[in-house]
Amino acid sequence: MVEFLSFRDGEATQEPAVTVEAFTGQSNATAVRIEPGEDARELLPFLDRLSLVEVNFPGFGDGRGYSAARILREAGYAGELRAVGDVLVDQIVAMRRCGFDSFHPAKPLDDAAVDRALNRYDDVYQKTIDGRRPIWAKRHPETING
Amino acid sequence: MKILTGNDLVSGDVIWWAGEGWSRQVGDSADVGEHGDDLARAEEAALRVVGAYVIDATATDEGVRPAHIKDRIRALGPTVRPDLTLKPNDADAGNWVI
Amino acid sequence: MYRYDSYDQSIVDARVDEFRDQVQRRLAGALTEDQFKPLRLMNGLYLQLHAYMLRVAIPYGTLSAAQMRKLGEIAAKYDKGYGHFTTRQNLQYNWIKLADAPDILAELASVEMHAIQTSGNCIRNISSDQYAGVSADEVADPRPWAELLRQWSSFHPEFTYLPRKFKICVIATEDDRAAMRLHDIGLKLVERDGVIGAEVYAGGGMGRTPMVAPLIRDFVGEDEIISYLEACLRVYNRYGRRDNKYKARIKILVHEIGVEEYKRQVEEEFAHMRTLGLNPPTEELDRIRAFFAAPAYETGLGEDIDRADPAFALWVDRQVAAHKAPGYAIVNISLKPLTGIPGDASAEQIELVAGLAEQYSLDEIRVTHAQNLVLPHVKKADLYAIWQKLDEAGLAEANLDLITDIIACPGLDYCALANARSIPLAQKIAQRFADAERQAELGELKLKISGCINACGHHHAGHIGILGVDRKGVENFQLLLGGSGAEDASLGQITGPGFSEDGVVDAIEKVTDIYLAERTDGERFLDTYRRIGMKPFKEAIYG
Repeated sequence: MVEFLSFRDGEATQEPAVTVEAFTGQSNATAVRIEPGEDARELLPFLDRLSLVEVNFPGFGDGRGYSAARILREAGYAGELRAVGDVLVDQIVAMRRCGFDSFHPAKPLDDAAVDRALNRYDDVYQKTIDGRRPIWAKRHPETING
Repeated sequence: MKILTGNDLVSGDVIWWAGEGWSRQVGDSADVGEHGDDLARAEEAALRVVGAYVIDATATDEGVRPAHIKDRIRALGPTVRPDLTLKPNDADAGNWVI
Repeated sequence: MYRYDSYDQSIVDARVDEFRDQVQRRLAGALTEDQFKPLRLMNGLYLQLHAYMLRVAIPYGTLSAAQMRKLGEIAAKYDKGYGHFTTRQNLQYNWIKLADAPDILAELASVEMHAIQTSGNCIRNISSDQYAGVSADEVADPRPWAELLRQWSSFHPEFTYLPRKFKICVIATEDDRAAMRLHDIGLKLVERDGVIGAEVYAGGGMGRTPMVAPLIRDFVGEDEIISYLEACLRVYNRYGRRDNKYKARIKILVHEIGVEEYKRQVEEEFAHMRTLGLNPPTEELDRIRAFFAAPAYETGLGEDIDRADPAFALWVDRQVAAHKAPGYAIVNISLKPLTGIPGDASAEQIELVAGLAEQYSLDEIRVTHAQNLVLPHVKKADLYAIWQKLDEAGLAEANLDLITDIIACPGLDYCALANARSIPLAQKIAQRFADAERQAELGELKLKISGCINACGHHHAGHIGILGVDRKGVENFQLLLGGSGAEDASLGQITGPGFSEDGVVDAIEKVTDIYLAERTDGERFLDTYRRIGMKPFKEAIYG
């Protein structure tokens, strides 16, 4: 079973994440935790000093964290983006596509199931910030480079 | 009386707790008293039932009658397709649910 | 019709494989029902009143003969010999065994079909006009757009756990046959300065808080539609309510913050989204469009129809619509036989329609939101032969848009959410108004029945609508008047206290009597209602 899953090179950030309110109100923290109702865009002025953003999923069905993640990546955030809470194996692929690169699920995941999930779909229909070429780009290689 | 119902995990068929096991016939229902929720949990864990829940019913001369129309329709089958109910040869079977 | 390439096929094949794995884990006890439920729902597998129900997606209501035949085969092999066409242009099987579900998905994948996102809080099957591509007045065929959206919305990484389900519709004519403005987002293709784009409507829907969608953007070009929709969905995903599932649809968000504020937020997000390169190149829509190019219609065909057989003539007048190509016609097949179940078709009937499509309709079938079928490309010379075959199979009812062409949800006979039975009521109404002359006299009259507040039977949009409720354990029916799902969209108003099943049939008869007495020349029921208002109807019903 996996308790922590990372797709980043090097060590995971160990610094405890503070709330968005605490983070924007002080100058030295480098790790922050976003709750579902909070606006990820409040963090945009501080991306340079952030090394970890945790996005909490109190329940797997609350999908606001997917938007939060994409917003941060679209704004150029390059630090660790970690999904925590009710994170299920069947969601890892979508979360990866939204820019999450580490996972700390409340309940450990089955290694084999994670492997199967990550390798099940060869291609994707949408362009996001994960760098994968969507199917439409592969269909028209002469028009779309990269 | 209190009776326990749910669906067979594999086939999806509507089933009723009959005391020792499950039956397709509501008439076989056993009174589960206060033990319905425990039974439901145990039977779900044993993969014999899905979506089990306890309902009120009365024992009548014609057999066990669930208190709510929804469960009476579950017990019989779709009233608009008598051929697919548990009483395919009884044209008036649908009246029982009302 | 669109055909999968290896990319599309590999995605549905992988989905079958994934679901097989999930079902095995469930049957082995590795997944609890709580864990399994959201997974099966993402594949359209419900636990219904009597059994598991599988909802199969029919993208924008278009089917090939081979796909239709497969639906019939599945009904015969895995179900109890029939299927139910829904108001979402989909098909439901009512008696599926959990262990069979992966095999059924594999059979569907073999004909380029799936059940992906037919449930769950995600973007659902894209709906469209059943006359797409064959009506003379459309701006462009809406189906290439719908297919583009089908692909974009399939496994969308950001929008799979929305506050609530999300339904999108694309049409391209002034006549709205798809209830476009009762969708979460409705697109109406328009031409501006020689360029095709979409008017965008957002925040429509039925359910317990019905709303007609307001216009939120006058024009979005095909080269930016994906980034614009991403903006619409992102604002909804972030700010739609999640505290109460009955207030979680986008219509509530648009209503609570106001159309202007929603538009402002979407425009702000769109300004950002359009910088991200999210839109496929125009070559991709061109590629999809090529699949929907007009088929090679024969030329020099006659326009004459031999109307010697009066029953046939009646059917032609009612069920056949104008086609854009000379010598061709659109055939509407009623799934509303007077004693039948609205939307149900037996495996044999499904097979018959597949055969007719192959032989007479260039291999194509459409499904309508009114739960009927369409053969879109029929030579007028073949109409009589088709009618004879339909008649033998019990499919030649001539009641399109008449009072017996009733939309009805499955209701309490099948549905775990329902409070009352819809189908027996539909049958009673159909029998009361069975007389063909009486139906014709009443003219266009759209009657829609829902067995609960979720409004799958579109009761808010019926000229006459009926809502089944539970009154202390007894079925009770509320009557609504004046709704429309068409281009003149409006929401029905409740007449007053509810009725028993027989009582509501009597009330409908009184309502139609008032209409016949009050109408002026050429007025439909809806027009008369709009002109004279609720009062005379109410007086007639409640005395």
